[in-house]
Amino acid sequence: MKTYTSAVEIDHLRKTYGTLVAVDDVSVSVAEGEIFGILGPNGAGKTTAIECAIGLREPDAGTVRLLGLDPRADQAEIHQIVGVQLQASAFPAKLRVGEILDMYRSFYRHPADVSELTGALGLAGKHGDFYRSLSGGQRQRLSVALALIGRPRLAFLDEMTTGLDPQARRDAWELIERVRAGGVGRQGQHVLVTGTGDLVNAVILALAAAGVTARDVQLGAPDLEDAFVALTGQDLSDMDNDKEGALA
Amino acid sequence: MITLAQPRPPTAPGAAFGQLVRNEARLAWRQPTSLIGGLALPTVLLVVFSLIPTFRQPQASLGGFSPLDLYVPILIGFSLAMLALFGLPIPLVSYRELRVLRRLSTTPVPPSWLLAAQGVVQLSVALAGIAGILAAGAALGTPAPASPGGFALAVVLSIAGLFPLGLLIAAVARTANGASVIGRLVLIPMLFFAGLWWPRELMPAVLRDVSDYVPLGAAVEAIQDSMRGPFPPAAPLLVLTGYAVLFGFLATHFFRWE
Repeated sequence: MKTYTSAVEIDHLRKTYGTLVAVDDVSVSVAEGEIFGILGPNGAGKTTAIECAIGLREPDAGTVRLLGLDPRADQAEIHQIVGVQLQASAFPAKLRVGEILDMYRSFYRHPADVSELTGALGLAGKHGDFYRSLSGGQRQRLSVALALIGRPRLAFLDEMTTGLDPQARRDAWELIERVRAGGVGRQGQHVLVTGTGDLVNAVILALAAAGVTARDVQLGAPDLEDAFVALTGQDLSDMDNDKEGALA
Repeated sequence: MITLAQPRPPTAPGAAFGQLVRNEARLAWRQPTSLIGGLALPTVLLVVFSLIPTFRQPQASLGGFSPLDLYVPILIGFSLAMLALFGLPIPLVSYRELRVLRRLSTTPVPPSWLLAAQGVVQLSVALAGIAGILAAGAALGTPAPASPGGFALAVVLSIAGLFPLGLLIAAVARTANGASVIGRLVLIPMLFFAGLWWPRELMPAVLRDVSDYVPLGAAVEAIQDSMRGPFPPAAPLLVLTGYAVLFGFLATHFFRWE
């Protein structure tokens, strides 16, 4: 049935805002079952790249294929099979967690079970809580739950660990591992593309990509920079003004 | 090992819109701006006015009606204005601010459904508000609409003329606070020309001429005429239709989902 070779295929993507080149000639290929990280400092264009990839923005040049589909032309199908977590999106303060989850669940043809999903994400007892009473970490986990509630075959998580404390970050990375292993959502179908805004995230992401589980990472240690350089072969200072390098 | 892989039955079609409406209704209940401004306040005001003895006496200068009779259509206009200027735009602007609409546009449900759900909720409060005012009026001895069909048409066109003004506010305001400020700036002169402080019957001719062309003035005129006479005249109905088209066009032209 499959007519595509990779889950995400981005070819020579370019996006500008006026004179600002946000994304310049980025090409990405992500295989099915792969966790793929996009690294870069703030302003490197990670969010723009993700927004182009999911069809929220129209690229100036280049092509995007998700599971063989064009995210803008095949929007209806893409919305069913691609789950998204957006940076800085929130919910009305006076909606309850369970009400938000039930609403999002109703959008999809084959949704996940809400209680199983929240159980896996550590939100089991929170169904009756108002959104405004959730901590930053809980909001982030709810946001991940909503990205996964349609049992997507592909999930984009933008800045998913930004603003989380070290323990919550570790939990988040364990969760991603579990999602890939088929433990949350659809069996063995997941690919995750995740953007990350800060250094610690970037290093964890690099380690995760290298097959080191998040559990083994010591957070906040000064040798993180060394670990980053060792894994990526790139000096951090090179990345600051080099959008292309940061994204590639 | 957690396994969540078993397929679940797909949700019924139409369930998504029902869920949106249900959550908007819950929010309207928990942050009762619309329920207070569109339902409770105008009904209570009518009851308060009825306590003023002179308000219940028919007066020749008011065409044989009592001031209380005149306040029934004025307070219906007040209710519709509160819903159009605050109830409808403020949630929509805050959803844009919170990026709720943007998040929604990555799901199978388009963000326009949330706007429609909000419209359903505000419309329901409007109908409840009108029912409440008419019921309170009946209990206090004000006459029922003489032309029910004309009354219904006047109400429908009033909503059609005023709600798109709320959407236009939602289109131009960047923040919920900004929408609220614009709403208040528009509300005060509209209420004046609708006759809240000075019924249209007592206005000098020049003010009344202006009132004929203010959206809320035309709404109150149409509703008032339908309550008295056989059928409201064409003028206020055409003014309301014109505003419906104008505000509708401007709102769709300027509205931004993000």
